Amino acid sequence: MEIIDQHTKGIMEECKVRARDAGLKFDDESLEYIVTNKDMLELSPKVMIPTLYDYWVHDVEVLKGYGKYQAYPHNPYETVINSRPAISFYNDNNPDWLNIMIFYHVLGHIDFFQNNSLFTNTWNDDFVGKALADKRMIANLRTEYGRWVDYIIEFSRSIDNICGFFTELSATMKNTGKGPDTRLEYYFGEFLQEFVKVPQHEYYKELDRYNQLVTQNRSMAESMFFSEIRQKHPEFVAMFEKHSDTSGKKTASDILEFIRENSPFLNRESNRWMKSVMNIIRDTALYFSPQIRSKITNEGWASYWHDKLFRSDERIKGHEVSYARINAGVTSISRVGLNPYAIGLRLLEYIEDMGNKGKISWEFQKMQGIEQRENFDKKQNKGMVSIFSVRSEFNDFMLLNTFVDQDFVEKHNLFVVGKRLDQARGVYQYYVKSRKAEDYKQMLIESLYHPPKIVVNTKKTSEDLLYLTHRFESKQLVKDFIPDTLIGIEFLWGGMVKLETTEIHLKGQDDKGSPVFEYKPVIYTVKDRKVSKEIVN
Amino acid sequence: MSNDLKKYYKKLQLNGLPPEADEYIRREIESAKKPPVADRHIHPPYTPGIYDKGDAQVLQSYTPPDDTPFSALKTLDELLDKDKQREHDGFPRRIRLGKLVKPGPDKKARVIIVPTTTEPKFYHDNSITEDGEEGDTGGSGEGEEGEVIGEQQAEQQQGEGEGQGAGQGESSEHDIGSEAFDLGRIITQKFNLPNLKDKGKKRSLTKYTYDLTDKNRRHGQLLDKKATIRRIIETNILLGNIDGENDFSPDQLILNPDDQVFRIMSKEKDFENQAVVFFVRDYSGSMAGPPTEAVITQHLLIYSWLMYQFQNNVITRFILHDTEAKEVPDFYTYYKSQVAGGTNVSPAFELVNKIVETEQLAKDYNIYVFFGTDGDDWQTDGKQMLEATRKMFTYINRLGITVAKNSWSTGRQTTVEKYIESSGILKQFPDLIRLDGFISAGVAENRLIEGIKKLIS
Repeated sequence: MEIIDQHTKGIMEECKVRARDAGLKFDDESLEYIVTNKDMLELSPKVMIPTLYDYWVHDVEVLKGYGKYQAYPHNPYETVINSRPAISFYNDNNPDWLNIMIFYHVLGHIDFFQNNSLFTNTWNDDFVGKALADKRMIANLRTEYGRWVDYIIEFSRSIDNICGFFTELSATMKNTGKGPDTRLEYYFGEFLQEFVKVPQHEYYKELDRYNQLVTQNRSMAESMFFSEIRQKHPEFVAMFEKHSDTSGKKTASDILEFIRENSPFLNRESNRWMKSVMNIIRDTALYFSPQIRSKITNEGWASYWHDKLFRSDERIKGHEVSYARINAGVTSISRVGLNPYAIGLRLLEYIEDMGNKGKISWEFQKMQGIEQRENFDKKQNKGMVSIFSVRSEFNDFMLLNTFVDQDFVEKHNLFVVGKRLDQARGVYQYYVKSRKAEDYKQMLIESLYHPPKIVVNTKKTSEDLLYLTHRFESKQLVKDFIPDTLIGIEFLWGGMVKLETTEIHLKGQDDKGSPVFEYKPVIYTVKDRKVSKEIVN
Repeated sequence: MSNDLKKYYKKLQLNGLPPEADEYIRREIESAKKPPVADRHIHPPYTPGIYDKGDAQVLQSYTPPDDTPFSALKTLDELLDKDKQREHDGFPRRIRLGKLVKPGPDKKARVIIVPTTTEPKFYHDNSITEDGEEGDTGGSGEGEEGEVIGEQQAEQQQGEGEGQGAGQGESSEHDIGSEAFDLGRIITQKFNLPNLKDKGKKRSLTKYTYDLTDKNRRHGQLLDKKATIRRIIETNILLGNIDGENDFSPDQLILNPDDQVFRIMSKEKDFENQAVVFFVRDYSGSMAGPPTEAVITQHLLIYSWLMYQFQNNVITRFILHDTEAKEVPDFYTYYKSQVAGGTNVSPAFELVNKIVETEQLAKDYNIYVFFGTDGDDWQTDGKQMLEATRKMFTYINRLGITVAKNSWSTGRQTTVEKYIESSGILKQFPDLIRLDGFISAGVAENRLIEGIKKLIS
């Protein structure tokens, strides 16, 4: 692995100037390396972070049978990593024009990493440097504690996919916005909704009353409002004070953190080093969380810019055909299968067009007539603004959920592909299952990364028992992995662990021969490394 | 169900069947009705999803190299030591000596052995949900709703939870190759598998063969091009024609006749094979899924162990049976084949007897027979099977029977176990026959290796 030569670096600096002129924003510094296939082999198990900690699983082929994308690291073959400075990798035999195109794509990613709000918590870190420090720390611990370090890594990794990325993110967002809840927020939030539990119409009446007071006298509104409340809910003041005392404290945002804070085993003086290892694993998982949740948006964004910038760059001269071939390979929509580059790019272009025509408006949304919709054009020219706000504010789910509609599906001739078995001939048939936007959107959303939600039930948890609850979303957990995962958690907790989850059982078939399922709540218990399961009735 | 099978079932019924056996047979007929690919272990073909591509692949056409078993085997000893330590520390083992079926360089499938592992975590199981079928994906282009736009051979996914598709293996000679020897060494040493007590008659190594193995400069029967080029390059580096910095043109190189390396005929000792191993398995409908997986994996491990014990000099024969028995040419076919038929064990044993007799194998070899079944036999008394077995005892070194039970036979003895037990041959010939039964669903590799100890010690 070596730094690119001065000639190539010069080419890339020129790209940066043009990208900035087009509106992209990114740090001045970036690092580019030439990598060989051998480098790639070594980098890929480490999610392309050259300084990631060593771990024996990296040396073994990991079976990918269980829904490939669920595994972490998800796709090791990235070209840019989100660090400060951003690092990108290049083949040793790329011609100049290809490097220019790739670098534009890379700049798209860097701009996305450094401006999309999902990545907020990664903005202050030089991850590569941090990873190096972590790697050294783990190596040091290994000399002292040997294989036990690897057990801690393993057990921490076994729950790193359910780390509380969104909880952490919203905590950061809240902190940057404002402090703890105000009196008003608390009243209309937790107090009315969860404590008093007022019916909806009364809730709105209260809201109305407050709004009226505000229109009458803005400065006095709040005190007038609360003077009445003091009579109606005498307990409010005490409740609010209590809330203000406790709400400042941060609660654990995932199981790893909860265990780290509360495990009697880890709190023993001799075991404290384990917490540092857990931190490293958790931080690494959190660091990669935004990336996997913005794959479509991010690749679409980078593809949009490499195309736009490279085609207007005079250095493309003479390479138009070769570029067209590569670009088509990257961004063409598959006849069957999902290509994040293609979907992301098409959606951004679609949004740009909508923005230009003023279609991102209530006026357009309520319009029904096909022709009317097609010819709608307010000539607002706000396309760029629209896609830049998608780049700053959206993740994959939001992008798909907001913008995949019938117009989009029809424009690109998209459909849901179903697979069915032709039993007589022993082949799977692919057929057009649906051309409805709703179905297409649902299919896309189903295929997004979505780890299970498993939380600590603090009410049932005590020093001797860690009680976990899986929030069932019509999908059971992969059963084969539950026992081993629980054994790891038990070790970290130092006592019995229970997991409450739901299993789906095949009950039989209905008249049409389609399967009928039933849900069965079950509780797994691990004690002294023995796992048992009981069905709850 | 074919008509023959129906007739056979009727005939059995007329002769009187115990209710349990009847139920077993009906289950098998049920499962036979379903085509093998409808088995839950066979997933629809995989189509690329959102997270399958990365920039390095699409922009710089980087292709991840195929994992070679050799690069992985390098550290296998260490990995297994570590794994053993895990067990000692009270944690489940993590390394599996997984077998993978991959297309080899010539596009023929090969069975290779790679240490694999999984990272257990809480994942969603997408294979069973009420809403939405598994495997829906996106598409684009022409086509009415409902229109078929393409098809693909139904096959199992690679890796975990491999099932079996329709047999389509072509014969290729060494489909389990040299890695089997290494695997044999490893399981012998690391899992404390016993060494063979009786290595059989010692062969006098007097057989010779002639082969182009010796090398000679300047003249010979066959030019060894690779070795020759290597010498030419060496010479030219010394002469300064190649300096490593700059490109060179081959026509500038000087050819020295001394650099030509030839191969010549020479006399080599030929090691004779010392053992014949018959792998026999039931491939009827009820074997679909876990039982086959368990049997195949165990047989592969046994094969490896024997390869090591006999220093590679092992002949293998593969026999499949449903209500009839047939010999198949290679491990791949043995592994892949599946039919939806009934079960009759005795023809398989009779076939082994016949092969041994007609080829007069007993005279020259140690003979091992390993039989894998789910314990089902439509002949509930096993009379013919026991007869064939007794005949087998006259020449074999060991008969090892693996009963990989289906989940529905939990807690009871299967037909095969029952009649073998009641015949008393297990006690009568403890050196010749061993039986190992377990529930096949989710069986761990360790259990399989434990089972081998039972079968061969």
